[in-house]
Amino acid sequence: MSVASATDMSAAAAGPASLRLMSAARWRWYEFLFWGIAVACGLSTLAPALGFTVPVIPTKLMLMSEILILGLLALSIDLTLGYAGLVTLGQGAFFGIGAYTAGLMAKYGAGVAPLSDPLLGLLGAGLAAGVVGFATSFLVLRGSDLTRLMVTLGVALIVEELVNKLKDITGGTDGLQGVMSSSVLGIWDFDLYGYTAFWYALGITFLCFWFCRRLVNSPFGYSLRAIKGNALRARAIGMPVNARLIQVYTLSAFIAGVAGGLLAQTTQFASPDMVAFHRSADSLLMVIFGGAGHLYGGLIGAAIFRVMQDFLSNITPQYWLFWVGIVLILLVLFVRNGVIGLMMAASQKYIAKVPPKSGALK
Amino acid sequence: MLTILFDGVAYGMLLFVLSVGLCVTLGLMNFINLAHGAFAMAGGYLTVVMMNWYGISFYWCLPAAFIVSAVLGVFLERTLYSRLYDKTHLDQVLFSIGLIFVATAAVDYVMGASQQIINLPAHLNGRFEFLGASIGVYRLFVIVICGLLTVALQFVIGRTRFGSRLRASVDDGRVARGLGIDVTFIFALTFAFGSGLAGLGGALGASILSMDPTFPLKYMIYFLIVIAVGGTTTITGPFFASILLGVADVAGKYFVPSIGGFIIYSIMVLVLIFKPEGLFARSTKR
Amino acid sequence: MQRRTVVAGLAGSAFAATFAGGIQIAAAQEVVKIGLIATLTGPQAASGRQKVAGARLFMAQHGNKVAGKTIELIVKDDTGVADQTRRIAQELIVNDKVAFLAGFSLTPLALAVAPVITQAKVPAIIMTAGTSVITERSPYFVRVSFTLPQQTVPLAEWAAKNGVKTAVSLVSDYGPGIDTQDAFKQRLEERGGKVVEQIKAPLANPEFAPFLQRAKDLKPDALLLFVPAPTAGSLMRQVVDRDLAGAGIKVIGTGDITDDDQLNSMGDAVIGLITSHFYSAAHDSPLNKKFVAEFKQANPNMRPNFIGVSGYDGMYAMYEALKKTDGKTDGTALVEAMKGMKWESPRGMMSIDPATRDVIQDVYIRKVEKKDGELYNIEFDVVKDVKDPLHK
Repeated sequence: MSVASATDMSAAAAGPASLRLMSAARWRWYEFLFWGIAVACGLSTLAPALGFTVPVIPTKLMLMSEILILGLLALSIDLTLGYAGLVTLGQGAFFGIGAYTAGLMAKYGAGVAPLSDPLLGLLGAGLAAGVVGFATSFLVLRGSDLTRLMVTLGVALIVEELVNKLKDITGGTDGLQGVMSSSVLGIWDFDLYGYTAFWYALGITFLCFWFCRRLVNSPFGYSLRAIKGNALRARAIGMPVNARLIQVYTLSAFIAGVAGGLLAQTTQFASPDMVAFHRSADSLLMVIFGGAGHLYGGLIGAAIFRVMQDFLSNITPQYWLFWVGIVLILLVLFVRNGVIGLMMAASQKYIAKVPPKSGALK
Repeated sequence: MLTILFDGVAYGMLLFVLSVGLCVTLGLMNFINLAHGAFAMAGGYLTVVMMNWYGISFYWCLPAAFIVSAVLGVFLERTLYSRLYDKTHLDQVLFSIGLIFVATAAVDYVMGASQQIINLPAHLNGRFEFLGASIGVYRLFVIVICGLLTVALQFVIGRTRFGSRLRASVDDGRVARGLGIDVTFIFALTFAFGSGLAGLGGALGASILSMDPTFPLKYMIYFLIVIAVGGTTTITGPFFASILLGVADVAGKYFVPSIGGFIIYSIMVLVLIFKPEGLFARSTKR
Repeated sequence: MQRRTVVAGLAGSAFAATFAGGIQIAAAQEVVKIGLIATLTGPQAASGRQKVAGARLFMAQHGNKVAGKTIELIVKDDTGVADQTRRIAQELIVNDKVAFLAGFSLTPLALAVAPVITQAKVPAIIMTAGTSVITERSPYFVRVSFTLPQQTVPLAEWAAKNGVKTAVSLVSDYGPGIDTQDAFKQRLEERGGKVVEQIKAPLANPEFAPFLQRAKDLKPDALLLFVPAPTAGSLMRQVVDRDLAGAGIKVIGTGDITDDDQLNSMGDAVIGLITSHFYSAAHDSPLNKKFVAEFKQANPNMRPNFIGVSGYDGMYAMYEALKKTDGKTDGTALVEAMKGMKWESPRGMMSIDPATRDVIQDVYIRKVEKKDGELYNIEFDVVKDVKDPLHK
C-alpha cells in the first residue's frame, strides 16, 4: 500500500493536482488481488466437482457470504468514519431496517411477482434505511465524538425496542419467519450450500464498493476529507459542510440497509439481533480493526475478525472471546490504524530496503 | 408513589457510583475507557467470593472491593493504559473492548457463566414504612453511601490541592509538568481512584444487579448514557443525570410497563438534541 | 498455514493438539456426527454449559458406539444470535454431514433453523427452547425439553385449588413468556380465578424493582413469574427484597425461576416458594441419584438443572433412534424412529408424542426446602403425562 503513497508523492511532485487525483483513483494491483482472492474463494468450492480439492480454503461459503455482508456494513461505516470523520455506533439500526424491509417484501410480496424480487427487495431495503438515515442525519451535525456516538446509539436502541414492540409486523423477539426469497434475476435459487448466496452477496458488495470507490475519489469525496481535516476551514472556503455530512450519512444508511437486506434474503428470516447493539458495535470494531479511511478496512476487518472467531471458537467454544480480546489489545499496542496500518508498515520496511525499484512494481 | 421515587433515586445513585469513574477518565483525562465496567465486575466478584466462599462480613467487602479494584486499576494503568493516552479515541475503543473480552472470558473461566448472587446480612434486608412510602433498608444504605461519596468527591476535586493539580494536569499537561506537578503520578492516582469507585459500585450493586461475566458489556451502555446526559466536565452533572435517569426509568416502567424500555433512551436522545454537550456541561474554552 | 502460526502464537501446544485432533476425520462411513449448537458465551451462556455437560455425561456413561457406528459430538457456540445459529446449522449439515442437530437455547434460534432442516431433512433435537409453536414449524423438530404451557397449566390448576382468586403475571417479553402468561390466564379463569394484569418486562432487563412494585401494589393473591433461567437469580433477589410474601402475595412460577443450578446461591429467603416443572435435582429415583452424582463429579461447581437433563435425554433419544434404524442416518427414518419413543429419564417417565413430535411428561408441583444443607425443589404433587395444551 505504501506503493500507493510513493506514487502519490511522485505524481504530486511531478505534475498538477488533477494528475495526482487521477493517479489516486487508478486501480492498483493489490486491489485486483483482493477481489481476485474473493472470487477464488468462491471458485475453490467448485473444485471437488472438477476432480481435485483445494486444501487451503475450506468449504465455508456461508461464512464467506456473512463476511461479505458484514464487510458491506463496515464499508458503510468507513464512509462516514474514515472519510467524513463522523463516529456512529448506530449503524445496526439501518442494517436492521434494511433486513426487515427486505424480509417483509419477500414474505408478503410472494404472490405479487415483482415485489418479491431480491434485487428490488435490496433497493427497498436501502431506500427505507436511507429515509430513516436522512431523517436522523441532523442529529449528528452537532456535538463531540461522544455526543455522536451516543445519539446514534440511542436511535439504534429505540429502533430495537420498536422492533420488539411492533409484534404484528416484525414478529417481535421471535423474529420474522417465513421469508421466502425468490430466485435472483429469476434464474438462481437460494440453495442449501450457499452458492447463490455467496455470488449474490459478492456481486452486490462489489457493486456498492465500486460506487463508494468512485465517490471517495471524486470532488465529493475530497470535500468530505477536507471536512474531516478541519470543518471550520472547509466552511470558510465555501464548502456546504452540513449538506455534505447529511448526504454522506444518508448514503451510508442506504448501504447499511442494502447489507441488512442481503442478510435477511440469504438467511430467510429477520430477527431483533440484526438491530441489536452488538451488531453496531461489532461492525464499528471491524472498521477500526481493519483500519479506517481506505474502504478496504471494513472488508479486511470483517474477514479477519470472522475467520479468527470461527477458528478460535472451534478450538475453544467457551473461551474464544479471551483470545479475540488479546488480539485486539496487541493490535492497538503495536500497530497504528489497524491491519491496513500493519500492512503499510510492513511494505514500508520492504521499500526502505529496496527503494529504487518499488515504484515500477505497479 | 413515594416508594417509586425512592427506588428510582437508589437506582440512580447506584448508576452514579458505577459510572463516576468513567466520567473521571473520560472527562478529565480524555480517555475512552469502555472497560470501566470490568473494574466494577472485579469489585462485584470479589464480594461474591469473600462472602459466599469465605463468609466474610459484607462491610469488609466494600473497602476491599475499592482497594482491590484500585490496585488493579493502577496496575493496568501503568502497564497498558498509559501507552494509549496519546492514541486516537478509536484505538482506545478497540483496546478497551479487547480488555472487556478478556475480562469476560477470564471471569467465566474462573467463576462459571451463571449469575452469582450474594445474600446481604439480615439487618440490611427488610423494609419499613416512612411517610407512606415503603423503604427498602438496603436501598437506603446505598443512597447514604453514595451521597457521602459524592460530597467527598466534590470536595476533593474542587477544594483540595490534589484537585487543583489534577485539573491543571488535564487542562495543559505540559505546563503543569513545567510547574513541577508530577502529571504521571496524578493520572495514575486518578485512574486508580476511578477504578476503585467502580469496584465499590460493583460491590454495592452485586445484590441488586447481580453479577455475571457479561456485566461490563451489559452495563456499558448505561454508563455511557449517564456520562452523555450529564456531560463530562463536572462531577455534579453525571450525579444529577444518574438520578434523573434512575427515577425516569423506574417511574416509567412502573406506570407504563409496556413502553418502559424506551424511556431512558428517548431521554438521552432528546437531551443530546438540545444540549449536545450534556445537560450540565460547563462551557469549556478549549 | 497462517492459521497454524496463529495457533502456536496464541494458545501453545495444547490447543494445537486439539486442532490437529479435530481435522483428523476418521473413516466417514463408521462415524455418525451430532452437531450440538449451544449458547456458550453471552448472557445465556449458563444454559449452554448445562446442555453440553448433560450430553457429555450421557456419552461418558453409554460409550460412543451405537449400532456399530462411532458417535462424534461436535459442539459449536451460537453466541445466542439467530443468524449465527442458522449459519452454523447449515455448515454442520453441508460440511460435516451431521446426522442430527441438537441444542437451541432460545426460541428465535430454533425458529431460524426451521427452513434449513426441512430442506436438508436433518432431525433437530430441541434441548431447551420452550415456545409451543416451534415443533410445528418443521417436521424434523423433535423436542425433549418442555414447553412453557405444559408447565404452567398444572400450576394454574394448583393455584385455583389452593385459594388463588386473583393473580398478576410478570414474564419476560418474548415467545415463551407470552405462552406462559396466556396459558396461565386461560386456565385460571376457566377455574373461576382472575388475572388482574399481565406485565411484560424486557428480555434484557437489569432492574425488576418497578415491575415488582407494580405487581405488589395491585395486591393479587398470587404473582406468577417467568424469566429465562440464567437471569432468574437477580429476579429472585429482588423478589425477596420487595417482601412480597409479607404483603400476603403468594409467589409462584415455572421451575425456571428456581433453577437447580442457582438455587443454592439464592439463599434461605426463597424457602417455601412453589413452582411447577418437569425436573428437579431432588427427584427421587435411583436413575436420577446416579445422574446427579455423576454430573456433579464431572462438573465441579455445577448442579444439573432442567437444561442439563434435557441435554442428557436428547442424547438418549438420538442413540435409541440410531439403534432402531440400525445405524442408518436417513433423517426421515430417524424422526419416525423417535415418534412414540418412551423411556425412563432422570426426570421420570417421558415420551415423544407421535402426532406432534413434542415431549409428553409428568409435571411436578414443588416447594423449595432445605435438605442436607442444600436448597432443593422438593416435589409434592404430580400431574401425569402432560401434553402441550396449545398444540391442536
